[in-house]
Amino acid sequence: MTSPPASDLILSMEQLALSFGGVRALAGVDLQVRRGTISGIIGPNGAGKTSLLNCIAGFYRPQSGRIVFDGRDITRVPAARRPALGLARTFQNIALFAGMTVLDNIKLGAHCHLKTGVLSALAFTAEARGEEEALREEVERDIIDFLEIEHLRNRSVASLSYGLQKRVELARALAMRPRLLLLDEPIAGMNEEETEDMARFILDIQEERGITVVLIEHDMGVVMDLCDRVTVLSFGEQIAAGTPAEIQADPEVVRAYLGTSGAGVRRG
Amino acid sequence: MDELLQFLVSGVVTGGIYALIAIGFVVVYKSTGVINFATGELMMLGAFFAWTAMAVAHLPFAAALLVAAAGAAAVGALVERVVLRPMLGQRPISIIMVTIGLSSVFKGIAQVVWGGEYRSFPTIFPRRPVELGPVVLPSRQAWPFLIAVAAIVLLAALFRFTRTGTAMRATANDQATAFGMGIDIRRVFSLSWVLASVTAALAGVVVGIIGGISPQLGAVGLRIFPVVILGGLDSIGGALVGGIVMGVLENLAGGYLDPLFPGTGVKEVAPFVALVLILMARPWGLFGTREIERL
Amino acid sequence: MLIGNYKVSYAADQAIFRTPASRAWLWVLLGVAVAFPFVAGDYFLYLANLVGIFTIAALGLNILTGFTGQISLGHAAFVGVGAYATAIAATRLGLPFWLAVPAGGLAACLAGALVGTPSLRIKGLYLAIATLAAQVILEWVFTNWTGMTGGIRGINVAPAGLWGFEFDTDRRVYFLVAGLAAFHTWAAANLFRTRVGRAFIAVRDRDISAELMGIDLFRTKISAFMISSYYAGIAGGLWVYFAKVVTPESFPLSLSIQFLAMIIVGGLGSIKGTLFGAVFVTLVPEGLRAVVQGATAYSPDAMSWLAPMKDIVFGAMIVGFLVFEPHGLAEIWNRIRRFFWLWPFPK
Repeated sequence: MTSPPASDLILSMEQLALSFGGVRALAGVDLQVRRGTISGIIGPNGAGKTSLLNCIAGFYRPQSGRIVFDGRDITRVPAARRPALGLARTFQNIALFAGMTVLDNIKLGAHCHLKTGVLSALAFTAEARGEEEALREEVERDIIDFLEIEHLRNRSVASLSYGLQKRVELARALAMRPRLLLLDEPIAGMNEEETEDMARFILDIQEERGITVVLIEHDMGVVMDLCDRVTVLSFGEQIAAGTPAEIQADPEVVRAYLGTSGAGVRRG
Repeated sequence: MDELLQFLVSGVVTGGIYALIAIGFVVVYKSTGVINFATGELMMLGAFFAWTAMAVAHLPFAAALLVAAAGAAAVGALVERVVLRPMLGQRPISIIMVTIGLSSVFKGIAQVVWGGEYRSFPTIFPRRPVELGPVVLPSRQAWPFLIAVAAIVLLAALFRFTRTGTAMRATANDQATAFGMGIDIRRVFSLSWVLASVTAALAGVVVGIIGGISPQLGAVGLRIFPVVILGGLDSIGGALVGGIVMGVLENLAGGYLDPLFPGTGVKEVAPFVALVLILMARPWGLFGTREIERL
Repeated sequence: MLIGNYKVSYAADQAIFRTPASRAWLWVLLGVAVAFPFVAGDYFLYLANLVGIFTIAALGLNILTGFTGQISLGHAAFVGVGAYATAIAATRLGLPFWLAVPAGGLAACLAGALVGTPSLRIKGLYLAIATLAAQVILEWVFTNWTGMTGGIRGINVAPAGLWGFEFDTDRRVYFLVAGLAAFHTWAAANLFRTRVGRAFIAVRDRDISAELMGIDLFRTKISAFMISSYYAGIAGGLWVYFAKVVTPESFPLSLSIQFLAMIIVGGLGSIKGTLFGAVFVTLVPEGLRAVVQGATAYSPDAMSWLAPMKDIVFGAMIVGFLVFEPHGLAEIWNRIRRFFWLWPFPK
């Protein structure tokens, strides 16, 4: 397997290691993500998938190793600065802001791209007003229409079903105008119809908008269908990486899965 | 030198009483997560119960203590059941404010029942000052201090050696697991309030013997914040240590700084300056649990 | 949600008053506010000024506590900082009121930034206790920094004046208070139409995920503290020209608690609710006074019951709202509004 030229990579990790008080979560992971692809990270529970995502998003700081995003070493960039660089994520256990409407939750995603300061906000100056109106248009056109949530705009997020909340979370992540979108179990807990919708959205995000997607998911069928490339983690180590077909044929992956009580490798 | 010793000793005396008040506060925080702003008013009610038993019903002091404890226990149980339980899981601001609201109600009720004026306990202990080596303590400080120490010892034993104490400690450590082990959490919550109220009542009697009783007695409740922040909000041992340290600090500040700033009451404010410094340096205090952020 | 209220532009959908009815109400309210000083007696003007000043202070507290989730038990002390700064600016520097009041706002704002700084490290209950300490310490400073604050004797301030017009009666001060209260209400409502206000709410709801959304937690919290204490400072500055004197006992912990009661009774995180709360919490004790005064006809020593009754009613009001109506008067208002929106059709 030849490694692609650096400019083709939007994300690359070198020897990423993370531990919590002696418990190793990641033990030297190398992961490379090519621009404009959908990559999947799979592995049994506790394999370090979410830890990896948290390192990319900046919530955890790895003890060693490097994370390079779009040619820039972001290993030490604070979490709050990363969205401005083009990184967005959704959360495994939905982290919407319960006190806000759907619309405000989505608008919040654009926070780091907006400029209104405290004083112009208090006075609601022409600039502040203009920025809000432009944002509203962008959200309506590019996100609300796209994700088919027109009817939810003014609902409180707390009143939505689990599946719809996940969709609003995706909407909020899109409002962050990402170049790399990290999805932590985007379809977990969804029914079949919601799953199909979400899979379609993820494909559209990649194909129509050229946004690179990295996702963690337990549903093998969806992972194998959506992803261009799959990385398998087990106990914090990368045990395989390749196309879905290669992964399915990999004996070590099969062993890792059968050796645990986690989900088996299956299609559909 | 004798002066310093005197300051230290009266600091320890004040501190022992603070410790007792703080323990009641910590018991509630530890097992229910509630910052109890009504602690001072529970003290005040307890003091009035005991005073009524002695001055009106002419009961002996020991019986008055029992009356105060029983009355406070009833108030505590009622408050937990009627007000705090429906508030479970609410935002911290709501929980804080509900106890502040309760304190206002208690203060008003006390004014209605006992009137607004100062009252003092009938003489209980011999008036002869108590001598401890070179240090002389006025009788009305020494005896209340001894009561406070006895109450603390009793509480510690209760926690350590009874089944209920063990259940309370288990719940404080891990509510879910305690529940899984068959501990009735609601009973534990209720018990913590009862225990905290009884503790507060004893502390109220102690404070009332020293300085008299009025509906304003609860104001002393504010003093527990420096104590519990120093010791750690959820540490009973911390309340003990924090109480003594703050008592001593307060008396040293009063003794040495007050003459420098005459008439300013440095004594009153020094613990709060210390509180701010502790929060900046080590918010979880000496023995408190450090909260760990999780996503 | 109200049905049948369609908008044809995003701007209209983002307006503060979104329905014709609410705009009509606004005009009614404005009319009443302007006519009020010409018809009301001295006592009611005094109350109106009190409500106006408390409204500004409570708005500040709701921005910090209701919207951003940072509990402050020291809000009255910031009102005090603003009051003293205004009084000192007016008496020592001889500044006119239209500079002295903003100076009070600014001074309180800086004090707020200082007290808010620990919010980088501590949060929740711990921060609440830190603000409690700030209240105690500032009160002590007001009383004891005699050279600056005049100690317990306080500072006397001449009435505000503008082009020879003296705001020397409650009727005249009313215009000052009402104007500034309206302006600050408008500004507070604006805040939550922009990214700044959204960030506040996000920090309140889930601070960690807000940070991962690109919100700088510290900057956001400090902004909330500064805006909140600026509001407190303006209220304090107005207090100076309302009371004509500043003394340390005007800003006790109990006033901080009263502000908290206002935002809880009115509705945490609601601008409209703050107005309701400021009116309600200020007027209930006055209503109680009227009742007790009436009772003196039957029982001559009824007035001695006033103080305890106030304590009991105040406490019961807080507990009652928290247990039975945690979203406050704002939610009651919304319920009534939804009911009449479809009236006479059943829900």
